[in-house]
Formats: sequence, structure tokens, C-alpha cells
Amino acid sequence: MKVELTSEFFRIGSSSFTDFVSRVAPDVLPSSRPALAGVGDLTPHGTTIVAATFPGGVVVAGDRRATMGNIIAQRDIEKVFAADEFSIIGIAGAAGLAVELVGLFQVELEHYEKIEGAPLSLVGKANRLATMIRLNLGLAMQGLVVVPLFAGWDEATGEGRIFSYDATGGRYEEHAYFSVGSGSVFARGSLKKLYRGDFNASEAAMAVIQALYDAADDDSATGGPDMARKIFPVVLAATEDGVQRFSDEQTAELIDQLIASRAQRPDGPGAPLA
Amino acid sequence: MSMPFYVAPEQQMKDRADYARKGIARGRSVVVLYYADGILFVAENRSQALHKVSEIYDRVAFAAVGRYNEFENLRQAGIRYADVRGYTYDRTDVTGRGLANMYAQVLGTIFSSGGDKPFEVEIVVAELGATPLQDQIYRLTYDGSVADEANFAVMGGSADAIAEIVSTGFRPGLGLNDAARLAVRALSSDGGQNAAPRELGVEALEVAVLDRTRGMPRKFRRIKGDRLAALLANGPEPADGAVDNAHD
Repeated sequence: MKVELTSEFFRIGSSSFTDFVSRVAPDVLPSSRPALAGVGDLTPHGTTIVAATFPGGVVVAGDRRATMGNIIAQRDIEKVFAADEFSIIGIAGAAGLAVELVGLFQVELEHYEKIEGAPLSLVGKANRLATMIRLNLGLAMQGLVVVPLFAGWDEATGEGRIFSYDATGGRYEEHAYFSVGSGSVFARGSLKKLYRGDFNASEAAMAVIQALYDAADDDSATGGPDMARKIFPVVLAATEDGVQRFSDEQTAELIDQLIASRAQRPDGPGAPLA
Repeated sequence: MSMPFYVAPEQQMKDRADYARKGIARGRSVVVLYYADGILFVAENRSQALHKVSEIYDRVAFAAVGRYNEFENLRQAGIRYADVRGYTYDRTDVTGRGLANMYAQVLGTIFSSGGDKPFEVEIVVAELGATPLQDQIYRLTYDGSVADEANFAVMGGSADAIAEIVSTGFRPGLGLNDAARLAVRALSSDGGQNAAPRELGVEALEVAVLDRTRGMPRKFRRIKGDRLAALLANGPEPADGAVDNAHD
């Protein structure tokens, strides 16, 4: 594809990369592709993403498995990314399209920030993502479903916030914690018992890793920690200092604690009955 | 039937060049120079909202003088060009050279086409290379000519007087403090040798860097407010020639 300089490049008033590209190079956008029946079976699927807020921010974690039917297509895929300096996007669903959508969303946010000289608000970013998911509805109907989880530090309200989506672009704000993907039912059940409102960043990270472990325990498409290969969940935190990824050492330490305690009680920490 | 006046093409181009040059000289100046960790941009600009210096891509930035609406239009086109390229190929495939070429084509076409008035702008496209030796400052004028500047570029206002001061104070490997103070001193002395330098405070300056040490792909960073005040106030500026020229 050749980038040809047309009058569109000098057009006034548009700060959206997606809108712009749809006019100059529509073929690079997923939404312009024909939706063919059954394409959903042609790409691996990514699975579970978990997010939890804590006073001072929000953490998002994803397991590392992608599956194609009963086959494990990839054991070290990454499904959680920094969308920009203050927000995080995690994606479950058709992996190829999901990664493409994340790339497009990242450019969308950066493009707006550069053109306007100021970033979008967190809610503005969440709404923008809803529009992009909506454009993908044709592909979703044919099995290429992408379900993102968006979270970030809201500078305006001074708190971490979580947004979930459905395949039609519906956007919902979630409170405290949420999970998407095939193992999300188990992860949410786990977090329901583990979550507390007074976590610090590392406790929140431990809670989402515990939830991912519980998801992997009961859902074959969610990968647990791979101790032999040292492949552990990707964990990102968004705070007022921006988005930071937990280092391999930090995650390994949390995983070691988790494994040690699960060796005593395989079902994980117990909650008091009343 | 009325006959149009004949104007020789040479005269026509000269008139257009004079027109553009006059417009550019009316504005305040921008200094772009290398420093130890990258490229520094200092503009005299009293507006906090209307920028003369801007990020284009990870390692590429833009500075301009002249008519705001015209260079803003070029800036936005540059961002669109870079983002489309980076998205379709790879982030590393967006280069300052490609962008400078694009601007040269656009400015050159507008300048020599009979219909439009020439753009009254002068711009710099600066790119941080992998190593300091690969850093580039491209300076483009209203007619689309491109110059690859060696150490620094000064545009707009009394560019010649300012460039003279920068060139006497400049040496490779200047620290950020020294480079910023040199640029501000040059901008404030635009009245020439005999006039007293003007006072340029933090509120009259727009300062940004492409910082090689920044630990993320996007190397562009604005310096403003207290950090800018600290940068400019920090210690006495070394007198010309007082620092060893070991880097030369």
C-alpha cells in the first residue's frame, strides 16, 4: 500500500485516526473487510482478562494462552496492553483481530493527543473504543468476536475505573472488579470472595492473579502459570504516575507465593462464612 | 479587450519569495539545536495553547514560524502522514527524511503554482537517530527547499542576529541547561549587538526536547512551568569559550 498525499491530509477538523484512515486507506481497517461465514474458526482465541480497582489505581491481568478448538495455539500470547500513558486495554476473543484492534486503538488515542495537543478524557477514550467495536459488528456476527476490557486512571476524578463492552459496542462501567473471556465466570466468582476495597497495588495484583488461577483451574482455554517455562500472567497497573507493567521478577514472586499457599490449600484462600 | 500585463517568470517568483519572506520575518523566532541527549526546541511564544513546536512521531518533531493557520495545517498533515505510515508498516518506518520530503513537495508545489499565494512559513523537521551521529535537523523554507543543518537552525524574526549568537556559543555536547540558556539568550538579543537584550520569562517561552534518554518510544517532551524556570535559572551560564572544546 502506498501512502498517497491527497487533500484529505490537509482537511481541517478531524482528530480521529480511524475516520481519517477510512477515507485515505480503508483497506487497512478491519471494519472494511467482507464478513464471511465461519471465519471465526480460522484464528486462535484469547481467553481470560481480569481487572480490579484499588484506592489509587486499577490493575489488569491476562493469562497467556490462545486456543484453536482443542489445540493450544500459543502459550505466551500477550492480551493486555497499555493503550496510552494512563489507560490499559485487555482483549478476549479472536486473537488476530484483537491484536489489530488494540494497535488501532493505541494509534487512535495517540493521534488525537498529537493533533489536539491534549489527551482525551478517560470516558472519552472508553466511548471511542465502543465506536470501534461497533464498527466491527459485521465480523463479530461471523464469529470474529472481540471483547475488550478497558481500564485506566481518570485524572479528572482521581480514581481507577473499569469499562466493559459487548460485541455490539455497548459500553458499561464496572465497579470494583470485572472479568471477560471464556474463564471469566470462574474469575469473577473468585474475585467476588477475594476482593477488598482497601487493597494496595500489589494486593490487587495478587487478587487478579488468584482469579486467573481459579479460571485456569476450571476452564481449559485459560492458561495457568507455566512454572517450567516461567510464563506468567501479564499484569499492568494504571495509577496517577501512569501505566506500569509488573516486571517478570515481581510477577514471579507473586506466583511463587500463590503456588506455596495453594500447595497447602489447592482451592486458594478461603473466605469467612459469616 | 484588455491585455494582461506581462510579468517575467523571474520577477513573478521573486515577488512571491519577497511576499513569503516578509510574512515570516514578522513573527517571533524559534531556535532548534543539538544538546548532549538529543535535540532542543526553544520558541518565543506567549500562547500556552497555540504551539509552534509539536510532536509528530516517536522520534520526530516539528517546529515552525510564520502564519499560524498555514503551519498548523502542515503540522496536522505531518501527523496524519506519520501515523498512517507507522500503522500500515511499522513504527520504525516513519522517518524524518520521509516527512521532510513530503513537506518539500507540498511547499514547492504551492510556491510555484500560479493560483495560490505561497505559504508564509518556515519549518524544521528534527529526528532523533539511533546514535547522536544520526540525528537530523531539516530546515524547509516557503519555496520547498530543504537544508540539512549541521548544529542548529534559527527561523523567523531576526533570524540572522539570533543565529550569530547561537553559533558563537554553540559547541557539540552542550548540556540541556547550557543549551537552553544559550537559546534563550540568543532569542532575547534579537535587536542586534547594540541593543539591550529583552527579558524573556518562562511565560514567553515554549520549550521541548526530543530526549534520547526517555525510556519510552515517544521521545518528545515539553518542558514548562517550574521545571522550565529551574532549567533556565540553574547556575551561571559559562562565558563564551570558557568551556574546553574537547568535543570539537
